[in-house]
Amino acid sequence: MKVKMAISYPTVGASGRTGDWRVFRPVINQKLCIHCYNCYVFCPEGTISPELGVDYEYCKGCGICANECPSKAIRMVKEE
Amino acid sequence: MVLVFVMSADKFKDRHGFWTNTIAREEYILKGNSSCPGCTAMIALRHIFKAAGPDTFVLVGACCAVVCEGVYPNTCMALPTLDTAFACTAAMASGVRAAVTDRGINVIAIAGDGGTVDIGIQALSGAIERNTDFLYVCYDNEAYGNTGMQRSGSTPFGASTTTTPFGKKEDKKDIAAIVGAHNIPYMATACPSYPMDLERKVKRALSIEGPKFLHVLTPCPPGWRISADKGVEVGRLAVRSCSFFLYEMENRELFMSKPSIDAMKNPIPLRDYLSVQGRFSRMSEEDMKLAQEKVNANIAYYREVCGI
Ligand SMILES: Cc1ncc(C[n+]2csc(CCOP(=O)(O)OP(=O)(O)O)c2C)c(N)n1
Ligand code: SF4
Ligand code: SF4
Ligand code: SF4
Repeated sequence: MKVKMAISYPTVGASGRTGDWRVFRPVINQKLCIHCYNCYVFCPEGTISPELGVDYEYCKGCGICANECPSKAIRMVKEE
Repeated sequence: MVLVFVMSADKFKDRHGFWTNTIAREEYILKGNSSCPGCTAMIALRHIFKAAGPDTFVLVGACCAVVCEGVYPNTCMALPTLDTAFACTAAMASGVRAAVTDRGINVIAIAGDGGTVDIGIQALSGAIERNTDFLYVCYDNEAYGNTGMQRSGSTPFGASTTTTPFGKKEDKKDIAAIVGAHNIPYMATACPSYPMDLERKVKRALSIEGPKFLHVLTPCPPGWRISADKGVEVGRLAVRSCSFFLYEMENRELFMSKPSIDAMKNPIPLRDYLSVQGRFSRMSEEDMKLAQEKVNANIAYYREVCGI
């Protein structure tokens, strides 16, 4: 018997380039950063790497990283 | 300067009691999914899958999480995943477990609060009664988020939703207590504002054979009417005001988790938690008092149960 199934495959950007949704972009000031990794841990998208680089192609600009940063090292800058 | 660095880092470690090298680097939810910006349910799922690891089979009931997976024929889920109908997530988990008998493979069922406390409760109760070896995760955004924020059995007293525009008159169902009454081997409540606590509970749950249940409170920016960056902070306020308790239950013995023990000793007023959310903006003074009394009664109850 042949069974028809709808199968999706794992893809980065399954819903498109979600970075285009962004109104504010997070910018990390490495001088103020104390390497607590709050931003990495709390980012809902996983767009902050453990090396603390932001993937702007998919970051939705929610601002959780800036809100949870204890040393205010992340600034939310308006997109042009 | 060096001293400042060390002090700040230590202070942070104390505040949250964790250090990042205990978190797996792998991401099982790929970037570019369709969750709303600032969705804390995605933080919760991200850490649940990190804790569970690659040998995991996931079932996702109809809820926000299934929409977040993306557009066919693509998905953000890097784990084998089966999307199920609304009412039967736990029943399908039983079926999957019957096929996947290897204890080394985790079966995790994910559903929203509506799919757990309302429409999926019979499937969940049945799967627990059948002793299915799986972990059921209910992420609780306190409404039917996916279809536009209608009230669910898990919506708290006083919250306005699209179907209760003047605030819900009934109380939130205590799903954790309902599941606990099944004499389940392991059950816990968690919140992504305390990610290490969440990961520890997932690991503990998966190490135990039999049915396990995890109730995760996940603030939802559009539904709770908070700004997208405040989800984690509001989750913390829920725990600090004792509106939500973090605990574990193993074979009917209840262990309160540290953030809640601290909160119970000195809870912040419930108003501090409710007033930051737009959905409670129409709550009257009397209702606010009533809600605070309900919280106080809960604190007294848990004090007695855990002897704090
Ligand atoms: C039997 C049935 N009734 C209604 C629906 C439509 N539906 C899909 S998801 C959903 C709401 C899910 O809410 P919840 O479980 O709370 O998860 P959330 O979206 O909040 O994450 C509804 C009503 C359905 N899929 N199946
Ligand atoms: S703004 Fe939001 S999505 Fe972007 S990196 Fe920060 S936490 Fe992640
Ligand atoms: S939260 Fe702030 S201080 Fe902590 S690692 Fe991120 S940028 Fe650095
Ligand atoms: S509606 Fe709420 S729970 Fe659903 S994806 Fe959006 S933020 Fe997350």
